[in-house]
Amino acid sequence: MSLVKQIRMVALTGNEAIAYAVKQANVDVIAAYPITPQTIIVERLSKYVADGELEAAFIQAESEHSALSICIGAALTGARTFTSTASQGLALMHEVLHIASSMRAPIVMAVANRALNSPLNIHCDHSDIMNARDTGWIHLFANNVQQAYDLTLIAFRLSEDLDVLLPTSINLDGFILTHSVEPVEVLPDEDVRNFLGENRYPYEIDFNKPLAYGVMALPDTYMEFRKQLYEVLKSAPRIYDEIAEEYAKISGRRYGKLLPYFTEDAEVIVIALGSSVETLKYVAKRLRREGLKAGVLGITMYRPFPEEELVEILSKAKVVVVMDRAYSYGGVGGPLYTDVLSTLYKNDLKITIADFIYGLGGRDFKISDAEEIFKKAFRALEKGSFDQDIYWWGVKE
Amino acid sequence: MSEKLIVEKIVKGEFTWRSLPPAAMISVPTSMMYKTGSWRISKPVIDRDKCTKCLLCWVFCPDMSIKRLPDNSVEVDYEYCKGCGICAEECPVKAITIVEE
Amino acid sequence: MIEIRWHGRGGQGVVTVSDILARSVIYEGKYAQHFPEFGPERSGAPVKAYTRISDEPIEIHSGIYEPDIIIIIDRNMSKDFYSYLDGLKNDGLLFLNLSKEILNSIGRGRVPIGVKIYVADSKKISLEETGRLIFNIPMLGALARIIRTPKLESIEEILKTRFSDELLEYNIRILKRAYSEVEMFE
Repeated sequence: MSLVKQIRMVALTGNEAIAYAVKQANVDVIAAYPITPQTIIVERLSKYVADGELEAAFIQAESEHSALSICIGAALTGARTFTSTASQGLALMHEVLHIASSMRAPIVMAVANRALNSPLNIHCDHSDIMNARDTGWIHLFANNVQQAYDLTLIAFRLSEDLDVLLPTSINLDGFILTHSVEPVEVLPDEDVRNFLGENRYPYEIDFNKPLAYGVMALPDTYMEFRKQLYEVLKSAPRIYDEIAEEYAKISGRRYGKLLPYFTEDAEVIVIALGSSVETLKYVAKRLRREGLKAGVLGITMYRPFPEEELVEILSKAKVVVVMDRAYSYGGVGGPLYTDVLSTLYKNDLKITIADFIYGLGGRDFKISDAEEIFKKAFRALEKGSFDQDIYWWGVKE
Repeated sequence: MSEKLIVEKIVKGEFTWRSLPPAAMISVPTSMMYKTGSWRISKPVIDRDKCTKCLLCWVFCPDMSIKRLPDNSVEVDYEYCKGCGICAEECPVKAITIVEE
Repeated sequence: MIEIRWHGRGGQGVVTVSDILARSVIYEGKYAQHFPEFGPERSGAPVKAYTRISDEPIEIHSGIYEPDIIIIIDRNMSKDFYSYLDGLKNDGLLFLNLSKEILNSIGRGRVPIGVKIYVADSKKISLEETGRLIFNIPMLGALARIIRTPKLESIEEILKTRFSDELLEYNIRILKRAYSEVEMFE
């Protein structure tokens, strides 16, 4: 395809890929506090700044709470702003997450998904981001290192879009993606520059044109401001589609909000977030060779939740398995399961469905796990039901 | 519609979520529209003879109701002063007294 | 697809050598994946790292449980190789940091007949060439010779991005020497 210019394939870890994308995005401000497994992202960025390869203010904050607060201030001056965190760090940011979205600060943040204490654990699961899912941010999930790179660039464009102006998180599985070396096709700097353009934040802090920021709103106006957030998040997916399409033209890589794999005629569809999607695809391909109608649905855009597209894809399925790498304790199921279940109910779709809680605290999601889960789903297809609605997959009973 | 007009409508309660500026980022100082002077039950009175023009009252007033004149003397803006008494408390030469309204 | 598991101890460059292998393969335009196994990071503690090499894009993002190749970098662990063979395929390859003489005295024990054992005396090579103990890069040289990928030049290119001056020169020297001295244990 002639539109795609000369492609550079380089070996990068997930963390390196994100740092490289952020450098190419030519950010102005990076404020962060180090935490495993994202440390290398900011370590690399600080090196780029120190070596003069990136002209940006690199601010090491005294906590994640401060790091994100600094980012809000920076974003409101019109600076292209980035931060990165994980686990407890994201939890410590929590109140500021709400402020960032409701003040419409276009910040891009990488989250190296990691379990929450206690017990202490540094490995992958999605508990951290699920805890932040209702904060008004756009949440994107990468399935491999290439996607971590691509989605970072898309995120800047999306966050800074004048009809969006919201913060975006790029989620990549801690260690599984942050510390894995994989081949990545990186775009030439010039293409990135053209794709992103200038940050044209319209409400920038300017002493000659003073504005009120972060004001108080009492019961007579508060709800209207929250409705604004609701509405802007509803319109973000359409803008994402346009941006993703433009990105596809320059990169040759197309990212829908959902990444369907063999779903058109699938009887069983397994839905997942993050790196497990790839392992599931590998297994689905094998099952297809055996004549089984297996499909996989990866979710790139988790918030705003792509309800319509999900209905369209799932309406043809007979059995749906939801993979949750987190749990909503005391709730009706894992967070993704609850989303899918509500979507099905709202759209009068009665499909056999079960929730599989897996991989907490970095427990490996093996090929054999994917095979057995598909096997269970095909058995449910024959029987018309699963024998339970929530499985704690692989837990030692 | 000018931003001022929008804000005036907001103050009157004539707005929807669409007409409110995003995240309440507004350039019109709405506090000017609230004449808080009527809240007052007692008021500060400045004794010009005692005043040393140190401007501490001007610094400390939480409602920007102490007006600074070109010669650094001060007067109270009674349209907005709520009568909180901070200026009298801070005045190092006791040039401000709080009197019944 | 070839799946490799590396064994060694913290501080011996187990993760580094797996990383260098993956980057060298990708440098040649092929597909590879490297990932470390993170436990408590203590010098001297047993460490594992994993590499996948393929002509096609690699989708799997789970651990390696049935490796085609096991490479043991540490000398004492190499002598105790039988403890590290979990999951090795019956026609797999095993690389040990030993001389033929030492392995002769130990013997191949119950290692399945189909498994080919290769020895590269990393200890001797690195001591003679550099006066230091560098175990990881010689084992990479040995591997590159036997599986014919990646090319030595590709590894050298990646080494240049990581090391400089004397250390770079040392690494290239021991890489090449192990490449030429690796032997199959009959």
